[in-house]
Amino acid sequence: MKILLSWLNDYGDFGDPTDAAAVQRVADALTSLGLEVESVDVIGETVDGVVAARINRLEGHPDAAKVQRVYVDAGDGKERHVWCGADNISEGDIVPLATLGTQMPNGMKIERRGILGIDSEGMLCSAQELGLGEDHSGIRLLPTGTLLGQPYGEALGLSLDVSIDADVTRNLPHCFGYVGIARDLAAKMGVDFRPPTPDFAIIGDGRTTPVEIVDGDRCTRFTSTVISGVKVKPSPEWMANRLTAAGMRPISNVVDVSNYVMLELNQPNHAYDLDTLGGGGFRIRLASEGEHLTTLDGQDRAFGADDLLICDANDRPIGVGGIMGGLDSEISDDTTTVALEMAWFSLVGIGQTVTRTNLRSEASTRFERGVDPHGMPLAVVRFAELLSETCPDLVVHAGGADAQSSDLLPAERTVAVRVDAVNRVLGTALAADDLPGLLDPIGYTVTGVGETRAVVLPTWRLDSTAEIDVVEEIAKHYGYDRLGSSVPKSMLHGGLTERQQRRRLVREVLLGLGISEAMPNPFLAPGTLAKAGLPAQAISITNPLVAEESVLRTSLRPGLLEAIAYNESHRQKGLSLFEIGHVYPPSESELPAEYEALTVVLAGREAPAAVAVWRELTTNLGFGARVDQSKVPSGLHATRSATLQAGKAPLGAVGEVAPEVLAAFDVTERVAILEVNLDELLDRKTKPAQWKQTSRQPSSDLDLAFAMNNDIPAEKLEKAVRQGAGKLLVDVSLFDVYRGTGVADGHRSLAYRLRLLAADRTLTDADIADVRRGVEAAATKLGADLRS
Amino acid sequence: MITEITAAKVAALADIDAAATVDEIVALTTRYAGKKGEFVGLKRQLGGLDTVDEKKAAGAAVNDAMSAVDAALGERRSALESAELAARVEGERLDLTEFFSAPTRGHAHLVTQAWERLEDVFVGLGFTVAEGPEIETDWHNFEALNMPIGHPARGEWDTLFVDHVPPGGEPGTTVLRTHTSPVQIRTMLAQEPPIYIVAPGRVFRRDTPDATHMPVFHQIEGLVIDRNITMADLAGTIDAFTKAYFGPGFNSRLRPSYFPFTEPSAEFDIQRPDGSWIELGGSGMVHPNVLRACNLDPDEWSGFAFGFGIDRMAKERHGVGDLRDMYADDKRFVEQF
Repeated sequence: MKILLSWLNDYGDFGDPTDAAAVQRVADALTSLGLEVESVDVIGETVDGVVAARINRLEGHPDAAKVQRVYVDAGDGKERHVWCGADNISEGDIVPLATLGTQMPNGMKIERRGILGIDSEGMLCSAQELGLGEDHSGIRLLPTGTLLGQPYGEALGLSLDVSIDADVTRNLPHCFGYVGIARDLAAKMGVDFRPPTPDFAIIGDGRTTPVEIVDGDRCTRFTSTVISGVKVKPSPEWMANRLTAAGMRPISNVVDVSNYVMLELNQPNHAYDLDTLGGGGFRIRLASEGEHLTTLDGQDRAFGADDLLICDANDRPIGVGGIMGGLDSEISDDTTTVALEMAWFSLVGIGQTVTRTNLRSEASTRFERGVDPHGMPLAVVRFAELLSETCPDLVVHAGGADAQSSDLLPAERTVAVRVDAVNRVLGTALAADDLPGLLDPIGYTVTGVGETRAVVLPTWRLDSTAEIDVVEEIAKHYGYDRLGSSVPKSMLHGGLTERQQRRRLVREVLLGLGISEAMPNPFLAPGTLAKAGLPAQAISITNPLVAEESVLRTSLRPGLLEAIAYNESHRQKGLSLFEIGHVYPPSESELPAEYEALTVVLAGREAPAAVAVWRELTTNLGFGARVDQSKVPSGLHATRSATLQAGKAPLGAVGEVAPEVLAAFDVTERVAILEVNLDELLDRKTKPAQWKQTSRQPSSDLDLAFAMNNDIPAEKLEKAVRQGAGKLLVDVSLFDVYRGTGVADGHRSLAYRLRLLAADRTLTDADIADVRRGVEAAATKLGADLRS
Repeated sequence: MITEITAAKVAALADIDAAATVDEIVALTTRYAGKKGEFVGLKRQLGGLDTVDEKKAAGAAVNDAMSAVDAALGERRSALESAELAARVEGERLDLTEFFSAPTRGHAHLVTQAWERLEDVFVGLGFTVAEGPEIETDWHNFEALNMPIGHPARGEWDTLFVDHVPPGGEPGTTVLRTHTSPVQIRTMLAQEPPIYIVAPGRVFRRDTPDATHMPVFHQIEGLVIDRNITMADLAGTIDAFTKAYFGPGFNSRLRPSYFPFTEPSAEFDIQRPDGSWIELGGSGMVHPNVLRACNLDPDEWSGFAFGFGIDRMAKERHGVGDLRDMYADDKRFVEQF
């Protein structure tokens, strides 16, 4: 909401716009009310060299369809020629002319410039170009009768002002109107509040417009007042200036007053030409599915059965309730009598139509937040008072319609406010008698005596319905900065859960192994899972931003392969990445079978590198898992991959990514991979490592090599070695694998180093010979031959 | 005899002086100072001398010669040893700027770095860390948070919906959580107060990616539910966090705002030591309707909640100009941090 300080000052002496300190005080007070100030702009500074000029004539040019040639008189006795692209000008209009040499606010300097070889001797300006607002849809017309050559600022009565742009949150519906802001601000700043007290007699012969509300839950009140004696003409400059500064384009006195009343009193309204209103009345009903209406913005729109339409008495749609009028019933230059609509629409209903149709307006923004359902009578009089400034013969006819449905919110809504509840939430020590001083100035009326008071809620505060809403108002007007600062006296101590600590350990181990952490997009393109060799079943986003990011990952594999491919395409090979993140397989339960996963990819490395990572992880976490090469997970290399089994449940997979998957992702390197269900890993209960006494006896090493068929996993041989070596064995490790000369085809030599130790004595040659015999026997049973 | 001794001494000293290696000194030590050495031999000849005076004089001469030779051997030996050590060290010279890039530790994601720093600060302030699913029910994400179906504020969350349908449920009621607030709800339903938690996590919005917005990003949210928790406790906790995380020179303030799930609500800003302000996040007293949705009596329990973006903390700390870079997993980015 743009707040013009000079306008706000109509309702209280808040501060001189030319006094920077005063402006800052206003901005700070707005912030302390929850109106976050986004910007404070000085406006009304005029541009030197821009003067009033009359349009003598307009000419087209056969080769320049979008611009016209304009001949203007700036009062200095010579006719100037300018090119102009606006279409809102006609002969006789007085327009602002930026003469040659003028420095425009946007930095442009006006120079003699040619189009099609014909020079332009200046520029006609829009409001935006003059820094008067955001309107750039046409030339800012000056009042008829303006002295030619007069600086435009004088002609418009411009003075320096300040425009404060403040963010209006959903709990401040009244702050879409100046009066609503001014009331709260006056209370906060200790300034006298001067609300408008419009004075205009409703006389004339009673003229009514029948109103039928069909869907009373969506429109609870609809008033229609007949106003005659209207003469459509431009607004006075003061009003046009204010509307311009508010970002609205002045159109005509009737439309401008309508907008002005909306901005001032937060009461959207709509004036219909009574002579063109079919049947001379209104019918408010839901649209039938597919019903059409061309709205004021010129768009033909189709509506659905949940959209509320304003129809004339002949049931012909003339507006979208609370959002926008129809094009046909627009006020014209010939309008003399209007039916002025002021109504109340359901917040939720408006919101749904706005969301569905994407049609929004200043009015819908206000209705969606909640407009005062009892503010119409005052707003009608204000409308008449303002319009009478340009229409001296104006008559407001008695007998206006005021249709109300049973859903109309009552004018008096009361909540009980317990002062101890206030203090309990805010930490204050307020007495019940402090409440009226805080609440009455902002329109909440505190009644009764005692510790619990009945507070009458303002009709314009539809956000306020419960005690806590009143507590918030008390907090704001008491001042958040006065609430103090303390720390809860917690008896708890902080900490990470065991699972969280283990997750950190996993990350530390991986980082220590030189693997960096990636965070690819969890949203995949359709088909990406299949491309990665994974089942295609997945959950999809029903309203994705783009289809390429609509499938929820069931595995971290695709994202990491894409990261590898991306880096490879930037000549960054050999990358080691891991990701810890959620994956979301579908399920039949209340929620998907979401779990936390870990995947490690080692580009340019072979499967054993991934196995090494897995071993390092399990060693650190304190448990092991079986590497079962008989089961190859889908999408992984058939002869270089294994399932990780811990107990019966598969914990994950290790190995290499299948060549065809790598090709599909445009990865040319081999990629070793480890995929783990991290939930299983983190939630597994492990015991702390237990002490084993370090021996004071010397140990002996025994190296043994075996030739064994390739089909038998080395794991089995190691197991046999352990069994055969007996109690003296403290450690065994594979240190060499050899295939080639000296080893039979289809076999390999596996060399192990056994560390032997007796707790109580030095080992003898006989001990070692025993171990050797035992191991040899166990290996032979497996089919492995000890090589001498 | 004396002449002989003197000559032997001179010769020995000359040999020692001429020795060029420790090995030569070792040989000379045997030859001159050993048990079967030259001077021991001379000493043995003393017995053959005639007079006591002669014996005395020659004995003194031999002793003098032996100690001179011993000293010379020791000196020369240590000189040669030093020289040999120096020569060996010199021979082992390496150019340490001939540096091959060695295997380095991996780099944690910037979000993780910020996330863990935040967790650590809040753990220090007495909070535990809670987590929850990233796909949520409409009820947990909105309804329990005082946003019933049709609540206009729902539109501000730019929600992404998924096609999962719960058994017996309606399509369109499962969402990618738009904030970490459902973790508040899950925690309140699962445990009795007092509750002091922070919930860091991944959240989702239907937002076109740009330099400051990502559709997938991270938040951390705090929740305190206890007896007699006031808005002053909220201000004090925010301030304690501010000083613990940013440093002692930083201050904080609360400023009125609006969120459906808290009332009164406040934005909180952090003031840098130079006086400038950063808008950090949202906060407020937990709305009575939220407490009721979690079966807590608002007249017995009260509490506050606050939340802010983790990604932004990382972005600000490291001066990252474009959030999209933080999620590109480009080696050149990853290895900077």
